[in-house]
Amino acid sequence: MMHSHLVTLLVFSALVSTVFAMLLRDTTRARLRFALLAFAGFVLTTIVIGWLTNPFPG
Amino acid sequence: MPDIDAAPVGRVSPRAVTAALLAWVWPGLGHLFLGRRTKGLILMGCLLALFVLGVGMDSRLQIHLGLEDPLALLFSLAQMGAGAPYVLARLLGYEAGQVTSPSYEYGNTFTAVAGLLNILVLIDALDTARGLKDLPPGPREPRP
Repeated sequence: MMHSHLVTLLVFSALVSTVFAMLLRDTTRARLRFALLAFAGFVLTTIVIGWLTNPFPG
Repeated sequence: MPDIDAAPVGRVSPRAVTAALLAWVWPGLGHLFLGRRTKGLILMGCLLALFVLGVGMDSRLQIHLGLEDPLALLFSLAQMGAGAPYVLARLLGYEAGQVTSPSYEYGNTFTAVAGLLNILVLIDALDTARGLKDLPPGPREPRP
């Protein structure tokens, strides 16, 4: 279905961030802000960890 | 406006139990039952998308209830949190997954996370029905 690691990461991050934002914040503005921050956190953390593990042998 | 439940502290009203059960049976249904239409529809869309994408990525949906493999038991319980979609997917023949698929582990993650998030949604619906969520800002008065 999805054979791109990056697309999978983006879709997963977007869906999970949205659910957390709906559960943890009460206003639309706060939810949008939380969802964007969580999404950025998911994506950036994954890319940084992936970059840090790059020297290790596959 | 929040629906403040009349049930005393420590007791859960039938309405709250119904909301929690509906939330487990179908993601988002508990919030729809409580009148939180937008929230319920968004939660339903996101959780169903996570689960369906996971199944599409060849996730395994086998029931494992034995204690000889605790991690498999926890994984199975996490997936069961998705409720009826989990049962439907199994009935439609997607229980085995495909371990040789490149997206197999991604699919497992998607379905397990969908189930775990639905458990959080269930707790949120329970709290909403009890009047503990969506309160206006400001200090909360202790319940009698």
